[in-house]
Amino acid sequence: MTVTASAGLSDLRSFLHGLPGVDKVGVEARAAALATRSVKATSKATAIDLAIRMVDLTTLEGADTPGKVRALCAKARRPDPADPSCPPVAAICVYPAMVGVASAALAGSGVHLASVATAFPSGQAPLEVKLADTREAVAAGADEIDMVISRGAFLAGDYNRVFDEIAAVKDACGGAHLKVILETGELGTYDNIRRASWLAMLAGADFIKTSTGKVAVNATLPITLVMLEAVRDFRERHGRVIGVKPAGGIKTTKDAIKYLVLINETAGDDWLHPDRFRFGASSLLNDLLMQRTKLTTGHYAGPDYFTLD
Amino acid sequence: MFEYAPAPESRSVVDIAGSYGLFIDGEFDGGKDGNVFKTVNPATEEVLAEVTSAGSEDVDRAVAAARRAFGPWSSLPGAERAKYLFRIARIIQERSRELAVLESLDNGKPIRESRDVDLPLVAAHFFYYAGWADKLAYAGFGPDPRPLGVAAQVIPWNFPLLMLAWKVAPALATGNTVVLKPAETTPLSALFFADVCRQADLPPGVVNIVTGAGDTGAYLVQHPDVNKVAFTGSTEVGREIARTVAGTGKRLTLELGGKAANIVFDDAPIDQAVEGIVNGIFFNQGHVCCAGSRLLVQESIAEELLASLKRRMATLRVGDPLDKNTDIGAINSAAQLARISELSEIGAAEGAERWSPACSLPDRGFWFAPTIFTGVTQAHRIAREEIFGPVLSVLTFRTPEEAVAKANNTPYGLSAGIWSEKGSRILAVADRLRAGVVWANTFNKFDPASPFGGYKESGYGREGGRHGLEAYLA
Repeated sequence: MTVTASAGLSDLRSFLHGLPGVDKVGVEARAAALATRSVKATSKATAIDLAIRMVDLTTLEGADTPGKVRALCAKARRPDPADPSCPPVAAICVYPAMVGVASAALAGSGVHLASVATAFPSGQAPLEVKLADTREAVAAGADEIDMVISRGAFLAGDYNRVFDEIAAVKDACGGAHLKVILETGELGTYDNIRRASWLAMLAGADFIKTSTGKVAVNATLPITLVMLEAVRDFRERHGRVIGVKPAGGIKTTKDAIKYLVLINETAGDDWLHPDRFRFGASSLLNDLLMQRTKLTTGHYAGPDYFTLD
Repeated sequence: MFEYAPAPESRSVVDIAGSYGLFIDGEFDGGKDGNVFKTVNPATEEVLAEVTSAGSEDVDRAVAAARRAFGPWSSLPGAERAKYLFRIARIIQERSRELAVLESLDNGKPIRESRDVDLPLVAAHFFYYAGWADKLAYAGFGPDPRPLGVAAQVIPWNFPLLMLAWKVAPALATGNTVVLKPAETTPLSALFFADVCRQADLPPGVVNIVTGAGDTGAYLVQHPDVNKVAFTGSTEVGREIARTVAGTGKRLTLELGGKAANIVFDDAPIDQAVEGIVNGIFFNQGHVCCAGSRLLVQESIAEELLASLKRRMATLRVGDPLDKNTDIGAINSAAQLARISELSEIGAAEGAERWSPACSLPDRGFWFAPTIFTGVTQAHRIAREEIFGPVLSVLTFRTPEEAVAKANNTPYGLSAGIWSEKGSRILAVADRLRAGVVWANTFNKFDPASPFGGYKESGYGREGGRHGLEAYLA
């Protein structure tokens, strides 16, 4: 993909506006119905381990320090020091400035290193700055880049600009995987979420991600359902499997399992894998660990039995 | 595939007795001639209980009890009647888990539906009509509308407790007393409702429950001391009742069969339309008079829509009704299963293409896999006759004009669905559909405030909402 890739897609707007609409009441009812699935016993154990393997353990604070990031990396490698059978998480997600520290701390662990880039979270910076941001993160050792789209351009109908930016960032990523954050909480409608999903996938995204975690509405079940339908339909048409990452606001095992049910009954098997689905979360991990311990020991351990990092 | 472990709802929350009498004048007693019948769990064929078959003398006693109760009940101030109805509604909410499990056991419907749809609606109907009881003078039926007297109510097996609520709540709110006959295959929740009435201290005779088969119902509706007949069930029986009641001065409402068109236009929200199609025909195993049993899809998107529908159907979970993850439960009876199978055979023989997802059905009990027929035309019997099972006939159309013509080309007229993102089209098409309920971008949504009823052979009169009061007032 090159910066001018969208020139050949002069019909991008008519394509995006020709996608079937999303009925708000219907999609929310469907998500609510799937949320009533009862996942117990052995299926709950499977779900918890899978969810742990799907966590992008995240810290995106102005106050992040090398010490904080190292601690989080240790947690990512071995989430439950008391139980070696507990799998590591999928990835650590940090700001570009912290990538070097995280890279050293994760060396040899198999845990991926994701960095937000492109003037996260607002995306309001010149393209050159965004590309430099991306290149530096990759150079410092990030193998996954979480970029934000220009919501302003999207809402103004300038789809080609959004497309070109994504394509350019994809290019700057080199071998790193690209997750495109749609910031669904700012897009306003499910129709827009479906269009933005397709736009990102056509422009070269490896993953589409709901949110930065920095706005009022982050990941929700119906939003994720619309995105799962989009990746399912995209594969049918183009043969390429794109991942999905809900981020922000997913705090409990119960929530996480609802997302796995959504995958199971919408996109299907192929997305029940950390390469295809991630949870952008921080506090979720300890709840997963607590429920995991409960399943093995039969009783709840207090919060101090799980590490705070 | 991520398999869900079995998640059965506990059966022990409901205590089913070995045998049940009739509920007459506030007491349970055995029938005069000692006839009984068995009610079974259609998912296992296990006998749940023996139930009394009411004979003519029993029906006489029930009608007499209702007649005696009518005077005092109808003289109560509306606000006092409302108190009883509010109390019944609250008791139903308190006992909803027990009643939901009972309904699933006797009917075969998945617990997810009895828990999340039936029981909440049952309570909502009683709450809703409780609110009307002291406002009848403002309902638009004159300054002092009067109750009719004794109402004979005969209900079907598909939503046993909900159909009871639709009938009993407005009758009681308006000051009538009732004799209700539940369906032969699903008598238990009505008998538990009798217990709810006692718990609510409802005066004896205001609600009487007589169980039995068609003979009991026939005797009840032709009883000379009945002032009002309300029936929900098949068009065939409805016609017979209309004949019986003609010229007697009894008021009559009938809610009968249907063959609803669910119309999907090319500008529909496809994923939600697929959900609506599934909900339209597979909700409650398709045992729904207003089921969207004829899918009319615009030919330009038919292939794509059917692919999506089949993919969705492959995720439907058929099996144990008490498992919280079951989507489709058991067919209510052997007789109904035979009818569904027969019409499906006819559909295949007439040249329609039959498809079901791979699903393993339990060995015991009455089961039918969710099924669609494509290549169906108006000339096929499966496009004209009510199957009352999880069987969808798929037809295509080219223009809105043709969709409306095909949708209306049926002797029935109970419900219809329209799927389009274009508001003007929805309004224009809805205006021309001859159906009592038209859903837009949804299907099988019910609310006590909304009137429900049919055109043509789907019956007459309306239940629910302010309109539902009219059937019980003079």
